[in-house]
Amino acid sequence: MRRIEGKAIIELRVNGEARTVAVRPSDLLLDVLRNQLGLTGAKPGCKNGDCGACTVLMDGWPVKSCLVLAVEAEGHELLTVEGLEGKSPVQAAFVGHGAFQCGYCTPGFVMVCHAMLTHHPGAEELVMEEWLQSNLCRCTSYSEIRDAVRAVANAGKRE
Amino acid sequence: MIARNFAYLQPDTKEQAAAFYQEFAEPFYYGGGSEIITMCRAGDIAPDAVIDLKRIPEANVLRLEGDALVIGGCVPLRAIGDSGLFPLLKLVCGRIADHTNQCRITLGGNLCGTIQYRETALALLLADALVVLFGPGGARAVSIHEAFDERMRLLHGEFVLQARIPAQALFLPYVHVKKTAGEKIDYPLVSLSALACGDGVRVALSGLLPYPFRSRAMEDALSNRSESRERRVQNAIQCLPAMPMADYQGSAEYRQFVLRQTLAAMMEVLNL
Amino acid sequence: MIGKVIRIKTSIADAIPRIEAWEKATGEAKYCGDLATPDELIARVLVSPHAHARIRSIDVRAAAAMPGVKAILTGEDFPILSGVLIEDRPPLAKERVRYAGEAVAVVVAADEAQADLALQAIRVDYAPLPFALTPSQALAAGAPILHEGLGEYKLAVEDVYPQPGTNIVSQYNMRKGDTAAAFSQCEVVMEQRYFLPPSDHLAMEVRTARASITGDGEVAVTTCSQAPHVVQEQIATCFDVPTGKVRVTVPYVGGSFGGKAPVTLELLAYMATKKVGGRPVRVVLPREQDMASAPCRLGLEAHIKLGASKNGVLKAAEITYHLDCGAYADIAPYMTMAMAANGTGPYNIENLACDAVSVYTNHTYATSFRGFGHESYLFCVERAMDALAKTCGMDPWEIRFRNAIRPGCLSPSQIECTASNLGDLPECLNKLKALSHWEEGRRIRVDGRTVRAKGIACLWKAVNPPSDAISGAVLTFNADGSVNVNTGVIEMGSGDKTRLAQMLADKLRMDIGMVHVAMSVDTRANPKHWKTVASLSEYLNGVALMRAAEDALSQIRSIAAQALHCAPEEVEIDDAKAHKRSNPKEFFHFKELVHGYKAPDGTSVGDPVLGRGGFMLKGLSPLEPGTGRGKLAPAWTVGAQVVEIEMDIFDYTYRILRAGTVMDIGAPINLKATTEMINGGVSMGLSLASREAFAYDAAGVTRTPNLRTYKLLHIGQEPEYRVDFVFTPQEDAPFGLRSFTEHGILGIPAALGNALSAALDREINSLPITAEALWKAAGGNV
Repeated sequence: MRRIEGKAIIELRVNGEARTVAVRPSDLLLDVLRNQLGLTGAKPGCKNGDCGACTVLMDGWPVKSCLVLAVEAEGHELLTVEGLEGKSPVQAAFVGHGAFQCGYCTPGFVMVCHAMLTHHPGAEELVMEEWLQSNLCRCTSYSEIRDAVRAVANAGKRE
Repeated sequence: MIARNFAYLQPDTKEQAAAFYQEFAEPFYYGGGSEIITMCRAGDIAPDAVIDLKRIPEANVLRLEGDALVIGGCVPLRAIGDSGLFPLLKLVCGRIADHTNQCRITLGGNLCGTIQYRETALALLLADALVVLFGPGGARAVSIHEAFDERMRLLHGEFVLQARIPAQALFLPYVHVKKTAGEKIDYPLVSLSALACGDGVRVALSGLLPYPFRSRAMEDALSNRSESRERRVQNAIQCLPAMPMADYQGSAEYRQFVLRQTLAAMMEVLNL
Repeated sequence: MIGKVIRIKTSIADAIPRIEAWEKATGEAKYCGDLATPDELIARVLVSPHAHARIRSIDVRAAAAMPGVKAILTGEDFPILSGVLIEDRPPLAKERVRYAGEAVAVVVAADEAQADLALQAIRVDYAPLPFALTPSQALAAGAPILHEGLGEYKLAVEDVYPQPGTNIVSQYNMRKGDTAAAFSQCEVVMEQRYFLPPSDHLAMEVRTARASITGDGEVAVTTCSQAPHVVQEQIATCFDVPTGKVRVTVPYVGGSFGGKAPVTLELLAYMATKKVGGRPVRVVLPREQDMASAPCRLGLEAHIKLGASKNGVLKAAEITYHLDCGAYADIAPYMTMAMAANGTGPYNIENLACDAVSVYTNHTYATSFRGFGHESYLFCVERAMDALAKTCGMDPWEIRFRNAIRPGCLSPSQIECTASNLGDLPECLNKLKALSHWEEGRRIRVDGRTVRAKGIACLWKAVNPPSDAISGAVLTFNADGSVNVNTGVIEMGSGDKTRLAQMLADKLRMDIGMVHVAMSVDTRANPKHWKTVASLSEYLNGVALMRAAEDALSQIRSIAAQALHCAPEEVEIDDAKAHKRSNPKEFFHFKELVHGYKAPDGTSVGDPVLGRGGFMLKGLSPLEPGTGRGKLAPAWTVGAQVVEIEMDIFDYTYRILRAGTVMDIGAPINLKATTEMINGGVSMGLSLASREAFAYDAAGVTRTPNLRTYKLLHIGQEPEYRVDFVFTPQEDAPFGLRSFTEHGILGIPAALGNALSAALDREINSLPITAEALWKAAGGNV
């Protein structure tokens, strides 16, 4: 049983590290990641769960961090784009396939793709569409994102 | 950013949850949080406490128990879909919001939300499910038809602990069609679920009216094989309990047109 | 210094990833909102819930007394008017609100929560006024007049013509030939009306800006603007601050599409920091306000009458464009002018009467949007061309090919077209025919309930800078011989900085890896670049950059000549090395030269190399009132597009199967990146035409200012994209290149409209084209 009123100090597991933050129960995970931990990779795009730019992983599943209370995240493993350290094959594929232009939606897309390929290493087109429709990109034509993810998924199929 | 603070309670048991509820003036039971957070941000609601139900063991169940599929109120839509235990509900869950949000939105949250679509209710209504409600007065298992009339009719302090779906409904032939104004990730103009049952069909709809409903009159009209398909669809439309909604997504007349198309397609798929 | 000379491996044609790609893929790239500091105060904006109302009173007492509140601003605090063409807009409404969403008050507080709570405690007493939501309504007799003081407003430029006592912001009339006489001889006349509603840019990054003032009056602004130097100048003008004391910095911009060209939040940020003694203040908008309050895309009402011979040769056109520019002028008069000067589309029409009028309405005000109005009027013109083809019984491709504007023709503003300033539209059409398999037929019945149809549209766009637009570039060098590029060009996704770096690498004969580009822009460090708009960066800044490179190369040659003991003319540059032409094995690497050369005996030779280049546009002239004669732009870009759809004839839903584009881009610079930019534009055009519009309720309040209900294209609905190119050099541009970055959008709404009109055999003349719109066009039977 947990009870938090006013403000509390909680410990978040972010990118494999234990980080201590002081939060109000109504503080959003997105705001705490950005303002208190300096993890600005997750972006606010709508703060309404519609655009996916703030997507991070909680226990390996994508969540829109604008729709998660920071206090809820205690006890869960969080992974942000910073935690990938540029090593996710998704990131290299995004670079190679021109899967972004302004780059603002990219961390969110990368995290969704990374989670999807962890759960479905050889994801087929329909799975890819289902997962990626959670995110919006206004710059690209989406075909570049599709090509990038397809490239990683095809590599996953061969393994 | 949510301007007004609230207390956060995370009970370990259903009893603790109900007890917390009685402590506050404006408490909200909290599942996936999607709707509560967006409404708090917009200033539409101002809870003084949110009671996070996700640690209550019974609310996290997802399994076949005897002759029923039991789904806890805190099971996210994604997990319901991934389990594949109820194919119709899988389809319904797969078309609510988007995949990432399906990782958060819970069955209980969708059923009890203020959002007018609440499409998980469609599958429960068709399956004649039971819902187990828990509140200060303890647990009660009631038919979904009694618990859900346009919206969940909960007693003060009650939440949805579980839904119990009769096993015989799980693998009936089914249809779920969600028609939107154009974009797939959108609220429905018409969301139709159907289960073929013996000679007849059960039909529930969302998006058409400001609440989900199952209409026996429409089912009777659609199941009446003495009439042509076209005639049955026409009769069913005339049984609508009210005029379709008109909003930014579509006019009432267009919704009716889409309903006709969708019903006709359903008749064909289920070979009625 | 003796070794083997290797030719450099990179060239402008190489398909390199954008230079900032890894920064973006890792989330390291910082945008304005990522640069918060703990000392920052937060400002939130209260907006009008009425489309048009008088403000009777604003009571801020309760709000001012709330915890954490540092200041509250209303229109009384800084009673100024702003605007780049007409100074008609108060940054905070004073006495009157003219659209739902207009900023009325600003709360500055210690944090966002406190600011938000205080915002809710402000009481504004409004007296609602009658409103006009479309140009027709605003031009009708008895319409409410939005700006009674229109005659007294200061005009910031000469070529805007407001009409006091009306809602006409400005008007441009084109007269060429004798239209009446020509129409009387036409065998075929086609006449139609068109309607396009306002919509939004929807860059994924919500606008934000931050400002502070130091004790000695230095103003620092950080913002997500496409025009940092304009921000600097506007703040100086509006608040009477010496321009040089205003320093504006812009990091990466998360998409803009024209929406971040106007100066809006920066003024509020300045006012807010001023009110709290210069402490840093950040203005934060929620997405809902970014959509309803910040400027959006224009709406359009159009009427087109085309006259032709029976074999489809265009003879005359009568065109009226009424732009819905919303409550304030912003840049709309210049979009109106661009529509007048190009409003026939890329066709040769010798007799033309075109009136383009920008009209105030009680909508959110409009600003530049990808295409600068061309995406909108081209929908009308290209639909008209299809209707004319139908009347003449001609193939839509054929009628376009026959009438395509060619070198030797006069443009609507009577500029003589040349291959250099125009490009080759017929060749684009030829290539498009093959690319789109046009010969298969326009409408094919696939099965009992499905038809497949193609729609074609031509595009053209003239860049429309002011005649005094400037740009500059400064090059400095590092000890390893690599170069640093400093320009005022913003990186907002259009990839300009990558292509400019490739051009520079080519010019300096060095590997792209040796080109380091300052990605953020600081008005104190980077030379002024007019604005990163109009797809003009590679031209405007490209010329400046090539001059800077020339400048640097001549210095390198001079130092190398002294080191190599030869004449500068004998020095050749390649692979970041300077060698003697007569003996390539005798060379110096740039790293030995760029900071001056130190000979083995210790003698110093030359000076550090600093390249500088500037460019001011030349030879442009405003449109002559009455006839509209004048030269607004150095050149056009032309192209043609096809959209192929599949429609269900029972329920009118449709899928977009393919979208093909052929564009004359002048020169092949990184065609992979070019293709990506064009496809991005195509995608935005498809989204715009198929689903995007602001929906207003009966009170003139937008009903859908969020991404839950205002829908953009998601992945899974994108078509197969096909792109091909034509290369007709623009002679005055570096490498002969032509603008292209925004152009992918231009013909797409029209091509989609033409495809769906063909599929349904009805004239679809409004956007967006939803299944419901098709159902209605087909009769609307329930």
